[in-house]
Amino acid sequence: MPTVAVDKADLWERLGQEFTTDEFDKLCFDYGLELDEDTTEEVEENIKKGLPAERPQLKIEIPANRYDLLCIEGIARALLVFLQKQDAPKYKLVYPKGGESDLLTVKIDPSTAAIRPLFACAILRNIKFTEKSYASFIDLQDKLHQNICRRRQLVAIGTHDLDTLTPPFRYEAKAPSTIKFAPLGKTQEYTAEELMTLYEGEKHLAKYLHIIRDSPVYPIIYDSKDQVLSMPPIINSDHSKITLNTRNVFIDVTATDQTKLDIVVNMVATMFSEYCEEPFTIEPVKIILPNGQSRITPDISARQMTAHASYVNSCTGLRLSSTEVATLLKRMSLEASVNPDNSDEITVSIPPTRPDIFHECDIMEDAAIAYGFNNLPDKFPATSTVGQPLAISKLSDVVRLEWALAGFIEVLPLILCSHEDNFEWLNHEDDNKTAVKIANPKTLEFQVVRTTLVPGLLKTIRENRSHALPIKIFESSDVVFKDTTRERQARNERHAAAVYCNKSAGFEIVHGMLDRAMKMLEIPRISSQDSSATTGYYIKETTDGMYFPGRAANIYYRSKARPSGTISELKGRVESALHIHHDVQIGSLGILHPTVLEKFEINFPCSALEFTLEPFKKQMQKVWTNED
Amino acid sequence: MSESIQQLILDTLDTQGSIADTRTLVVPGTSHAATSHDAQLAILGALNSLLSREMVTYETNEVISHALTAEGAQIANEGSHEARVWSVLPLKGQGEPINPGQLKKEVGDETAKVGQGRAFKNGWIGKEGAGLVKLVMPTIFRTGNLSSGEKVLADLRKRKLIAQKKGQWFAVMKGANFSTSIAKPETDLTADMLTSGSWKTSTYKKYNFEAEGIPTSGGALHPLLKVREEIRNNFLEMGFCEMPTQSFVESGFWCFDALFVPQQHPARDLQDTFYLSDPSHSLPPQEAYYNRVKTVHVDGGFGSAGYRAPWQPEESSKLLLRTHTTASSAHMLYKLAAKCRGEDIEDDTKEFTHGAASTKDANDKTTAKVDGFRPAKLFSIDRVFRNETMDATHLAEFHQVEGVVADRNLTLADLIGFMRVFFSKMGIEQVRFKPAYNPYTEPSLEIFAFHPMLNKWVEVGNSGMFRPEMLEPMGFPKDVRVHGWGLSLERPTMIRYGINNIRTLVGHKTSIENIENSPAVMF
Repeated sequence: MPTVAVDKADLWERLGQEFTTDEFDKLCFDYGLELDEDTTEEVEENIKKGLPAERPQLKIEIPANRYDLLCIEGIARALLVFLQKQDAPKYKLVYPKGGESDLLTVKIDPSTAAIRPLFACAILRNIKFTEKSYASFIDLQDKLHQNICRRRQLVAIGTHDLDTLTPPFRYEAKAPSTIKFAPLGKTQEYTAEELMTLYEGEKHLAKYLHIIRDSPVYPIIYDSKDQVLSMPPIINSDHSKITLNTRNVFIDVTATDQTKLDIVVNMVATMFSEYCEEPFTIEPVKIILPNGQSRITPDISARQMTAHASYVNSCTGLRLSSTEVATLLKRMSLEASVNPDNSDEITVSIPPTRPDIFHECDIMEDAAIAYGFNNLPDKFPATSTVGQPLAISKLSDVVRLEWALAGFIEVLPLILCSHEDNFEWLNHEDDNKTAVKIANPKTLEFQVVRTTLVPGLLKTIRENRSHALPIKIFESSDVVFKDTTRERQARNERHAAAVYCNKSAGFEIVHGMLDRAMKMLEIPRISSQDSSATTGYYIKETTDGMYFPGRAANIYYRSKARPSGTISELKGRVESALHIHHDVQIGSLGILHPTVLEKFEINFPCSALEFTLEPFKKQMQKVWTNED
Repeated sequence: MSESIQQLILDTLDTQGSIADTRTLVVPGTSHAATSHDAQLAILGALNSLLSREMVTYETNEVISHALTAEGAQIANEGSHEARVWSVLPLKGQGEPINPGQLKKEVGDETAKVGQGRAFKNGWIGKEGAGLVKLVMPTIFRTGNLSSGEKVLADLRKRKLIAQKKGQWFAVMKGANFSTSIAKPETDLTADMLTSGSWKTSTYKKYNFEAEGIPTSGGALHPLLKVREEIRNNFLEMGFCEMPTQSFVESGFWCFDALFVPQQHPARDLQDTFYLSDPSHSLPPQEAYYNRVKTVHVDGGFGSAGYRAPWQPEESSKLLLRTHTTASSAHMLYKLAAKCRGEDIEDDTKEFTHGAASTKDANDKTTAKVDGFRPAKLFSIDRVFRNETMDATHLAEFHQVEGVVADRNLTLADLIGFMRVFFSKMGIEQVRFKPAYNPYTEPSLEIFAFHPMLNKWVEVGNSGMFRPEMLEPMGFPKDVRVHGWGLSLERPTMIRYGINNIRTLVGHKTSIENIENSPAVMF
């Protein structure tokens, strides 16, 4: 959420009253803003100490979709209307004397299609800046650039002293070597190529260079005398820069997204039209599109939407009349009137400052805010349902509890880990078919999603060196495997794992943990040679780089359940009668190899056990699954 | 030693009936009466041992004595500070004056400092050049005794020349179990004693009820998961079904698009979300649904203007680690709406049995049949991932608690009323709601709770009603409203256990000892 710092005294002046911090905090809270900080105390402290101090500020957090609140002008306007101290302003387009034919024109060249095709602009006439309003004007552009404009990627704004330029203007895209002008803050002229190099060292501009750098053509705006206005989205020209003395402001906006283009040009124009000689007026500009058609920008006409008192009431739980709803909406700067032909219908006109309203539900929310969320009645949904845990959670909890009762401590390592943790350090090779890999981690600790719980347990032991021996820990949680059959190309699997660390390795201790879990799950222990048993588990010696040779075993499970469905069920019964079993490996256990211990910096022998819990999920009352 | 003293006490009591003053005893191995402090301490040990067997009783008497401190002893032996300073100096005109540095070496720092001042004041010494000399040869070798009395003692105590010492002595009487035999008492009842019957005649050592018991050797559950269990129970008590969330990997479609999060939303940035390099793209979701979602974003529909922003199929199919469990909830809601779409999920006869008929339309039995909607209350508590730099309050992975209620004509008042109950079950009584922005809920409410320790309102969770742009493409009828809310599991756990650094709670750096000692959770 963006935070806007406003001058406290100025805001009080605009609101026509002073608030205590608590009062203003409450007002913000009710309106959906958040007062982050009031710097008054800090400032007074500094003054006492004789330190340089700024004027007290209020730092206000703004909802991310309310671009109209990104400056003091917009905040004051919205709150004044909310406090019912004034009506919402009506923004107006004012044409030059000669009407449409006298409009300033901007011709869009087809070449812009290759890089930044969309263009809009507006003129603010007879404006009077003060130092504060000038700073606010610059700050709003920056706030828009950082938020809706997505760091100028989608939309970029330029503002110019119109009196320094000679219309008509044209917007083109040209090879960077052929563009040359003196950019803002410089007297010397540079080619666009040179600017790209020059600005690499300037932190506030370097982050935007990538948007156009590799394009064969760069967007550029000229006046009729070939004077550059700006090279969006990077920099304006020095020639047309606005100053405190600027009386007529030309706003150019370029974009790759039409909706955001319109929103941004409307925001800049409506917010600062306040300072025009005739407040809230904007002079439009005629844009001649590459196809020869023309378009007049900005389009600040209000959108007409219909809301229904019945809908507002059914969503909020209130019983308001249409007139009451309309009154609430007015406090949110939405002009609303009850349809004389249908008393349930309210015609709402959405001003150009409120592009956040898409749907009747957005209007309903504004009515609820004006009513006050905390004034709404308390109810309790009558929805009557039966609670039910998930089978896998229940299963996991059984094992967790049994292992804790058996004297092991539950730990909670992270799910993301380094590639080394998951593979190399366990003497396992990555076949690139197992683990899900992260493209953009900020640190090497988060390269893969773990496929085994063991590394997390070993890291926990490493960090708990000072704990008395033996260390007995376990975890039951998810690991993730690649699975190309699924929509998401991956699947979680619930594992259970335990590690025992002592002066001697204690294979039989973790083996006992396996036996205990299976006993509690009523899975009988069977001999690895026993082909007559219908169900059970057994362990069988194996070789695995992670374990010490001769002290490693795989765990196998012979499931009683056959896949449901008549044919496979029948097949299962036949196979079972013939003692053909599909024993699945569910995990392994063993004494960890000393090279593994060395990698994890553990100086004592350890035994580890890990297996999947998935086959033991109880068939509960069927629950929905996230499986495809 | 102790035993021989015990025997001495018992024997003395046997012959004398009582001991009026333990200072009269002659401890074995010594030749004189036990008047010293140490000797009385040894006697006390023996007495306590006998007392625990109720063989004796005793009364404690205190005696106060005075002893010299180290400084006092020095003065008593070597003379006062001023006298010592005086004595080392040459008489005026009869030798080299001694400078202060040298004086310190001769008599020590402390004596030089204190003694010099007093000797000057008394007129005993004086300056000559840079050094000091004796001025007088008075008859100060006279010694004598100080008059006695509390005033003098107090003065000496104040000057730290003497210290008060408390001494003890005891008067001893026979106890209930008096005997002259000090047979070792039993400390515990044993199986052998039961067999032999000796338990009837044995004497038993008195149990020290002030001591701690022996630590147990059982295991422990992790504190965060204890809180998880408590919250899960709260949900179950309120009739919620746990949603399957075993899907850390999600596509941009399910994590964002389906929730009506615009493709240009900052949450989808590489800065904030972990994307996958391998596998990198999902298989396509159901085509018709995908198209409905795409359309509501790009062109609007269902009464919405939509974002009217460019749409990239690539953004939808990008695989990522879910940033919220709402991705799983979206998938569940999509399944919940299957019947409304006229689809049959295979083998779902029992699927909705834990749901009830729509409560709001209890009289209108036909609606449910026609559009297939059944209400549901769902929850999950599972891990989510954010591409954040780790610090004391942020981890790249944490647990999200999420609740969802779907029913016809649910209202904001239901949501608020329900939140009050939900949070009061977590021990949070005072809550209030702030309007907020969230791309997939409208209205969106941030939940603030009053934190009595911090004495301010703190944000504890988010809630809202899912937008029609999310629900209607899934196939839900217009009058179905869905409430959702979420909070982190870590935050209430950190508050519960008074933890400031999240890394001491989650991850491999957690101390096993802390896990072992984390108290139970009862909100």
